[in-house]
Amino acid sequence: MDDGGDISRLIGDLSADLKPVRRLPAPWLRALVWLGAVAIVAAVLVATRTLLPALGIIGNDPFMVPGAYASLATAVLAALAAFELSLPDRSDAWALLPLPALAVWIVLNGLGCLATLAIPGTQTSPFQFMVCLSLIFAISLPLTVAMVLMVRRARPLRPLRVAVLSGLAASAAAATLLVLIHPHDSAVLDLAAHAVAVAVIIGLNVLLGGRLLVPANKFRGRV
Amino acid sequence: MPAGGTSDEVYAARAETDRRLTAAMAAAQGGDRASYELVLRECVPIVQRIARRQGASTDTLDDVVQDVLVTIHGARATYDPSRPFTAWLTAITQRRTIDILRKQGRRGAREVHAPLAFEMHAAADNPEEDAARVGEAKQLRAFVDGLPEVQREAVRALALEENSLEDASKATGRTKTALKVNLHRAIKTLRARMSGDNGRGIRRDG
Repeated sequence: MDDGGDISRLIGDLSADLKPVRRLPAPWLRALVWLGAVAIVAAVLVATRTLLPALGIIGNDPFMVPGAYASLATAVLAALAAFELSLPDRSDAWALLPLPALAVWIVLNGLGCLATLAIPGTQTSPFQFMVCLSLIFAISLPLTVAMVLMVRRARPLRPLRVAVLSGLAASAAAATLLVLIHPHDSAVLDLAAHAVAVAVIIGLNVLLGGRLLVPANKFRGRV
Repeated sequence: MPAGGTSDEVYAARAETDRRLTAAMAAAQGGDRASYELVLRECVPIVQRIARRQGASTDTLDDVVQDVLVTIHGARATYDPSRPFTAWLTAITQRRTIDILRKQGRRGAREVHAPLAFEMHAAADNPEEDAARVGEAKQLRAFVDGLPEVQREAVRALALEENSLEDASKATGRTKTALKVNLHRAIKTLRARMSGDNGRGIRRDG
């Protein structure tokens, strides 16, 4: 056990190191800024859509558009939950916020998958599976980077949960944006591509979250 | 906080402390060092109280306090002065205390706490002395085993098991006087044997 002298010295050092800081905006405002980045990516994708006609598939799936709304809702709620949970004094219950939308998204995808099973010619080829997967990763990347840069300013005390929510927000947003350039039926392989992409992005966030979300602190080594 | 005050007085005192710390932390966010130092100093007893309630031992309290102070420093931009400072501090302290207790738990699972093994461990700087001490202990055990039954019984009940005379008397069924006499004779015999004066002073009766 250290004596009180160590604590006094630490207080002196921390006070000497004090610099004015800009308070973080409210979590909903930060979520809105991140959703602005999603909107920018969406605008870029729409602008380039005419360049990629080969990627489009005529959709026969009645659940595709409702599914896209559900994934958008999942992205919005997961982003809000991530920014709320990144603050120390917010309830753990924020982690539950995106779950209802996530459940609806999964159910709609499942229903779409069942509906398209009966329609000939709607099943995805392995090539389309890879295209789908690559597109989700490519769209997720800038969204994940933006999220990490924004969230780490709060130095979250619960980095794991924040990392999971950030990954869910980025991958759900990417799945929504995918519809803009790559309308697809909820074929089994398409669903698998989404599931793999979401799992990988969340997994990477979790693996790197501890390091990326909590910046180094020069005083940490003394404790 | 007034010592022995009513719950209303305690509540009022805490609310006043919270108002003061909230204002000081807002000033610290603007770069006011004096206010910041005041906040950090006033945090210390609050953090100790919360950590103790969380189950932190006295040995751990200073670690928790330092960890919380460093966390406050890194996360000071996240404090919103429209919300109570104490709630913010409490959340940080509870999370840091849990982290430290978990770390200790993991360390405890890897390391064995065996003070006896530490004491019995061979002296690294003098292995010969340690070997001699082990030899003497073996020899003493052999001498005790060689004592007459009644003396061995007295040594075991009074010296090795450290019972009181009364408890030893109840356990062995012998009188206190008989036990004292037998222990005295046993010590005399052992002393004689260990100094090489074998056989003298041994009495076979109890």
